[in-house]
Amino acid sequence: MATTPRQTRGGGKASSRDEDRLSDPLIDRDLARRTGGLAEHARRWSILPGSPWLRVVIGVAILLLLALVVTGARAADGFVAVPAHAARVTDQAGMLNPQQRSALDGVLADYERKTGSQIAILLVPSTAPEAIEQYSIRVAEAWKLGRKGIDDGVLLVVAKDNPSSLRRLRIEAGRGVQGTLTDAQSKRVLQDVIAPHFRQGDFYGGLAAGMSAIATLLDKEHFPAPPGAQGSAAPTDGGIASGSASASGGVAGMAQTAGAGGIPGNDGSNATQNAANSGATNGPGSTGGATEPGRRGSGDGGGWSAGWLFPLLLFGVFVVLPMLRGGSRRGLRRGGWGSDATGVLLGAALGNALSAAAHRSSGGSSWGGGGFGGDSGGGFSGGGGTFDGGGASGDW
Amino acid sequence: MRNFLAMSVLATVLLSGCGYNEFQAKDEAVKAQWGEVVNQYQRRADLIPNLVNTVKGYASHERETLEAVTRARASATSVQVTPEVLNNPGALQKFQQAQGELTNALSRLMVVAEKYPDLKADASFRDLQSQLEGTENRITVARQRYIASVQDFNVLARRFPTNLTAKMFGYDVKPSFTVENEKSISTAPTVDFNKK
Repeated sequence: MATTPRQTRGGGKASSRDEDRLSDPLIDRDLARRTGGLAEHARRWSILPGSPWLRVVIGVAILLLLALVVTGARAADGFVAVPAHAARVTDQAGMLNPQQRSALDGVLADYERKTGSQIAILLVPSTAPEAIEQYSIRVAEAWKLGRKGIDDGVLLVVAKDNPSSLRRLRIEAGRGVQGTLTDAQSKRVLQDVIAPHFRQGDFYGGLAAGMSAIATLLDKEHFPAPPGAQGSAAPTDGGIASGSASASGGVAGMAQTAGAGGIPGNDGSNATQNAANSGATNGPGSTGGATEPGRRGSGDGGGWSAGWLFPLLLFGVFVVLPMLRGGSRRGLRRGGWGSDATGVLLGAALGNALSAAAHRSSGGSSWGGGGFGGDSGGGFSGGGGTFDGGGASGDW
Repeated sequence: MRNFLAMSVLATVLLSGCGYNEFQAKDEAVKAQWGEVVNQYQRRADLIPNLVNTVKGYASHERETLEAVTRARASATSVQVTPEVLNNPGALQKFQQAQGELTNALSRLMVVAEKYPDLKADASFRDLQSQLEGTENRITVARQRYIASVQDFNVLARRFPTNLTAKMFGYDVKPSFTVENEKSISTAPTVDFNKK
C-alpha cells in the first residue's frame, strides 16, 4: 500500500491527461476501456483497491471497525462499562417489557418532580469480574444521582446473571438518605420486599414494590422541596403510565423491526424500551439501545461513545459514502455499466440505510448506542449527589 | 511600597506557575479523604460493642472469639492517625495493621455466628450484620478514594517541573494503603482432602 503512491507518481502526468480525455463526452468508452493502465488509474483514484463493489464493502467495514474502536474503548479494562445515564430505568438485561419499564420510569419521574429525590434502576446481565458493590459505586459516581449538597439519590442495581459470590441485588444509598434508608433498611427492602417477587420471576412486581418501599423510607426524611414543586401540579401516576404505554406501543413495532436483523431480542427490546421512554417523557430526540458494535465492545453503549458515533455516522453518510460512490462512478466509466450500476445501487442502499440509522438514532432508536437523550433531549441527569458506598447487597 | 507590590505580584505568578497552589489543593483533598477513611473505621468500631453483645446472648461460650474482637477493637481505636502524621509511612502502616487485625477478628466472629441458627434469625443481629457489611463497603470505597487522591498528589510531587516546588517546600510523596495480607494473597491456598 505504501508503495502505490510512489509508483503512480511516475505516471502522474500521463494519467491526468487520460482523465481529461475521459471527461470528454465524445470519447469512445470502449476505446478508453481498452487503454492500458486504466485499471491502475482507477485504483489510484479511489484510495482503496479492487472493484467498486469491493471498495464499498471495505469502506463499510472500515466504518464499522472505527465505530467498534470508539465504542469499545471504555471497556478496555475488562470491566463492565457504566451505561449512559439516559433514563431512570435502564434495562440491559431484558427483564421488563416496554410498558412496565415506562410505567416504572413514570413513577420515578413523578416522585422526583414531587420531592426532588432521584431514584434510578439499573438492570444489567452481569457485573463480572467485579462484585456488584464495586460496579454500583462506579455507576453511582458517574450518574451523580441526587441533588448536590442534599445527596438524596438512590440507585438500585440488579445483575441478573451474577454468580452468588458477586451478589445480584444492590441498593446504593446517597449520603443524604442514609438517615432513614439505613444499611439495615436497605437490606430489608432487598431481602423482604424485592427478593420474594424475584424468586417467582416477577421482576416488575419486585421492582415496583421495592421502589415504593424506598420512597416510603425517603418520605420520612424531610428534604427541601424542589423549586416549583407545588405549582407544577404533576400528572398522576396513572396518567403517566397509560400515556407512556400507548407511546411505547407505537414505537415498539418500529424498534423491533429495526432489531430484527440478527440483533438478539434483548437488545431489540432494550431499544424499544428506551425509545418508548423517550417518547413518553422527553418527546423526540432521545435515547437508543445498544448498537451492534457497542454490544460487542462493552455490553452497552456509553453516552460518550454515542456522542462520537453520531458524528462518525454523519461523516460516513456525507463524506465517505459519496466518496466511495464517486469513486465507483469514475471506475465505472472504464469498467462498463454492469459493475457500476451495482456499485451505485449498493452505495445508495447503504447510504440510505446509514442515513436512516442516523435519523433513527436522532429520533430515538437502535443505532445510537444509547444516551443521546441525556445530552440533547434534556432528559434525565444526575443532580450532583455523592455516594459513600453505603447501602446493602443481597440475592434472591 | 512599590517594590513590595511588584515582589508580591512576581511571587504570585511564580508560585502559581510552578504548582504551589495545586499542591495546596491536592494536599487538602488527601486530608479530606483521610478524614473519610478514619470516619468509616470509627463507624465500624462503634458498631462492635452492640454486635458483640448480641452474639453473646446466643453464643456466650464462644468467649475466645468474642474477646479477640473486643481486644482488636481496643487496639485499633487506640491508633489514631491524624492528617499531619500521614506523611509518616510507619504510622500509616501501624494504623493499617491494627484495622486489619480487627477485620480478621470480625470475620472470624461472623463465621462463628453462622453456627447459630437462632442468632442468625435474630432481627437485631441481622440489622447489625447488614450495617457492618455496609460499613465495610464504605471503608473500601473511602480507601479507594484516598488512594486515588494520594496518587494525584504524588504524581504532582514527582513530575517535572512541579517536583522542584515539592523539593523547595518539602512536600514528600505520601504513603498510601497497600494490600494488607499481600503474602497470603499471592500464595495459593493448599487444599488437603485427606485431612479429617
